[in-house]
Amino acid sequence: MAANPMTQFEVYRIGPEIKIGSFDISFTNASLFMVVSSLAILLIFNLGSKKNSILPNRIQLLAELSYTFVSKMISDTAGSKAKPYFAFIFSLFMFVLFCNMFGMIPYTFTVTSHIIVTFVLAAFIFVGVTIIGFIKHGFGYLKLFVPSGVPIVLLPLIVVIEIISYLSRPISLSVRLFANMMAGHTMMKVFGGFVISLGIVGGWLPLSFSVALTGLEILVAFLQAYVFAILTCIYLNDALNLHH
Amino acid sequence: MIKKIFFQSIFFNFFLFKKVFSAESGGMPQLNPEFWISQIFWLTLTFGILYVVLSKLILPKISANLELRKSLIQENIEAAEKQRESSEAKLKEYDDIIIKSKLKAKNIFKDAREKIIKDINSKKETLDNQIAEEIKKAESEIEVLKKSAPEKINKIAIETSSELIKKLIGAEVNNSSISAIVDDLSKRNGGKYYDN
Repeated sequence: MAANPMTQFEVYRIGPEIKIGSFDISFTNASLFMVVSSLAILLIFNLGSKKNSILPNRIQLLAELSYTFVSKMISDTAGSKAKPYFAFIFSLFMFVLFCNMFGMIPYTFTVTSHIIVTFVLAAFIFVGVTIIGFIKHGFGYLKLFVPSGVPIVLLPLIVVIEIISYLSRPISLSVRLFANMMAGHTMMKVFGGFVISLGIVGGWLPLSFSVALTGLEILVAFLQAYVFAILTCIYLNDALNLHH
Repeated sequence: MIKKIFFQSIFFNFFLFKKVFSAESGGMPQLNPEFWISQIFWLTLTFGILYVVLSKLILPKISANLELRKSLIQENIEAAEKQRESSEAKLKEYDDIIIKSKLKAKNIFKDAREKIIKDINSKKETLDNQIAEEIKKAESEIEVLKKSAPEKINKIAIETSSELIKKLIGAEVNNSSISAIVDDLSKRNGGKYYDN
């Protein structure tokens, strides 16, 4: 069982089976780590915003640096019009980041390594951005698919390509995060398995790889959360400021 | 040919592995829809709560903290600027006072010097005048004495001559005749004795 690198992604029930109608909404290990990540975020940011001292302590500094980091990211990519969506993008970034990071602790479960989780997030973003675009620009939002300065002959082709690329956004967004997390964790598991199978003589090489991979995976965990958030900002920017 | 077999073996291996996985745990666990609904439900719940708490309670507080700090720093900088300006003004005032007092001191010194010089000059003048007067007086006295000296000498000479004659010859001689002789003599030799 330990040799199979995919068992770490298995979801299993914790506690009794809960059903609403025919839907199984039992509390699973995935749910556990969603709850743990959310609680960790709430705890850290609650502590970081409780006291307002002029010279911030560490946790306050952490909270404030995260705040300014995300707010700068949003204002850089989507401009000042995206301010009402700051809380959503902040929660999104923090949620994905904490889920990724909790996944780096041995014997934990990585919530974001499941396509269904990332796809739900991406689909929600896609639908939300599309609704915002149509509310802001009406049917003028369809101009997004018609880039300016394109020869008439090429226009039908370009429009089709643009529509396909727009519709593939939720898929690319969700698969990017899911595949990165899954591939990284699988690779770590594979190298970990090599350490065992090669024993004390040859196990040192895969062990050192494992150590290096852990560093790389922490980087990837942060980077993918950042990419997820910044792509959301870019989609939001398309909806808010129609540039085409 | 070998290459083809190699790639084919890799390709079919993939399916083989997939079969192995599916035999053990139903392929990639991610593609097993058993708990999809549960994951969607819990994701919506936790993320929803996270979003609501963050946006309603925590983020406004952090934002307010940041704004407060920003405004406080701004205020402090402004206050410091104001104080710097006032201290500069005070310094200027102080410099002015020093320059003014220096000028004043110079003036006082100059006045005192002039006064002293004037005093000295006036005293010297009066002294000079006095000296000159004294000299004049003394000169006039000398002049008087000089003028009266021949007459007295003549008188003495006449008296002594008459005394001498009386003693020598025992006869009264007229004073006027003697004086005529003395006068005559003194006129002849006077220059010799009195002309200094």
